[in-house]
Amino acid sequence: MSTYTTASSTLLSTRISREMALWPLSLKIGFGIVGTIVVAGILAPVIAPYDPFFQDFTAALVPPNLEHPLGTDMLGRDIFSRVLYGIRIDMQIGFLTTYVPMIYGVALGAAAGYFGGWFDTVVMRVLDIAMAFPFLVLIIVILSILGPGVQNIYIAVFLVAWTMYARLARAEMLVERNKDYILAARALGYGSGRIIFRHALPNIVNSSIVFSMADFVLNILLVSGLSFLGLGVQPPAPEWGAMIAEGRDFIFQAWWISTLPGLVLVLAGTGLSLVGDGLAQRFGQRQQALL
Amino acid sequence: MALVVLGVTLVAFLSVQFVPGDPIRIMLHGRATDEVVAAIHARLGMDRPLYEQFLSFLWNAVQGDLGESIIQQAPVTAIVAERLEASAFLLGYATLITVVFTLPLALVAASRKDRPVDHVIRVGGMIGFAMPPFWMGLLLMLLFGLTLGWFPIAGYGKGFFRHIVHLTLPSLTIAIFLTPILVQSLRSAMLDVMTADYIEVARAKGLSERRILMKHVLRNALIPTITVLAVNIGWLLSGAVIVEYVFSIPGLGSLLVRAVGFRDYPVIQGLAVVFAMLVVIVNLLADLAYILVDRRVLRR
Repeated sequence: MSTYTTASSTLLSTRISREMALWPLSLKIGFGIVGTIVVAGILAPVIAPYDPFFQDFTAALVPPNLEHPLGTDMLGRDIFSRVLYGIRIDMQIGFLTTYVPMIYGVALGAAAGYFGGWFDTVVMRVLDIAMAFPFLVLIIVILSILGPGVQNIYIAVFLVAWTMYARLARAEMLVERNKDYILAARALGYGSGRIIFRHALPNIVNSSIVFSMADFVLNILLVSGLSFLGLGVQPPAPEWGAMIAEGRDFIFQAWWISTLPGLVLVLAGTGLSLVGDGLAQRFGQRQQALL
Repeated sequence: MALVVLGVTLVAFLSVQFVPGDPIRIMLHGRATDEVVAAIHARLGMDRPLYEQFLSFLWNAVQGDLGESIIQQAPVTAIVAERLEASAFLLGYATLITVVFTLPLALVAASRKDRPVDHVIRVGGMIGFAMPPFWMGLLLMLLFGLTLGWFPIAGYGKGFFRHIVHLTLPSLTIAIFLTPILVQSLRSAMLDVMTADYIEVARAKGLSERRILMKHVLRNALIPTITVLAVNIGWLLSGAVIVEYVFSIPGLGSLLVRAVGFRDYPVIQGLAVVFAMLVVIVNLLADLAYILVDRRVLRR
């Protein structure tokens, strides 16, 4: 029994290391950056030197030093601690707003491409209309109706963000559906659901996965942008965009309040883009890395 | 396309129907009496059936009437028209800077494919792409506005020359966000062109690499550039909304943010239609531009 588990775990670890050896450099670096940020976010209560909400008015607007590595804001809160806790907010919202719409976007696009006909026409017309609005404008309009806040950002993005995935999956499905293995599966009498999800999906999902990394970056920018405009995460929550907005009024006296959280945001975004670029190379579709 | 225009108008019209509670009451912050609210309902025709309201909304929109702002007590079309110029100026200027950045970067990246320069441009693009426009705007303000004092940090200025001075930093902010997206697409478009037979022929004729790039590759890569620009008009507009707010430019974007703050629904509705129309019109213009660049499109 014990030899069996050892053998299978060695097998797994060799499989993982073999796969890792195939990773392009950008994937390794990107994975390292994103991994570090995520771990830092998870460990925030352990790493953060201060409570992110603790206000110390005797230490307001202190520039970066040994005690406060990224300085303090106008309320004397430690920016380093707030940035760490901000990872939890921004990465979580970014993750959910990317991958939840991806699931039904890909499913809808794949189904539209596979079946064609009136279903395809309806999905495509809805797509055309949704994509005629600039993304941010549409989200702002929806938020103006629902009111600001994280929950409503989820609703707004879930309503709109599936469109790109549906378009990508549909385009791939149109190529795939006449290939021999699909025709064979159909000849074997398999149901449409099984053919779409078990047979075709593994072959059409790569472009969506690559796009999802760029989308992840855009969604983090979107959430922080909305929070910057006061429509997203509300203060005093340590969200990166809200922190940048808070520092805006002090930008000329205390540059660090706005600039340093932004720098972390840029680092996270660059890491995600590197992962996307690496995945694109790994999947052999170099050109699609950035949108 | 007509369907898209109709759909967009329908979405904008219906959006307000989903406001929880009565939009008029929300706009007036609950200070109005029932009679006042009923009077406004009657004046705006909100007591009629929904399809009738939509038809008149559509009919008025076609005639250039997008309703009336209840907060500002002025026609939405007039408010929008007043602010259109600043936005158009910003968008044009930003596009110009973006193209000026993009063409040489894409050209170098494509002609030095997989060499160090290509990688530097690619990674630089990823960093630029990850920079939030509102944050970039603050940094540029800090550097060029305050420290160096080269450019003003807010407003639109008076007269053409002052507009250019005022909008340089905002346009640059948008360009920094947009350029990486375009460089990547244009680079792959150029690489496609470079493997075409006629490039081999040109090379066989003994033309210099420089001449091949400038005359043959660039011209044929222009169509994809126009496409990519048109496809990304949505991002350009999205960037402009935030950048206008950061730099206090009196354009459509800052109007939208302000209208949302006041819950001025007729203005929000009108702007949604205007923004979507801008996207549709730009895509139409892009289609026309192909014909100018490449007359073969007509024969296809």
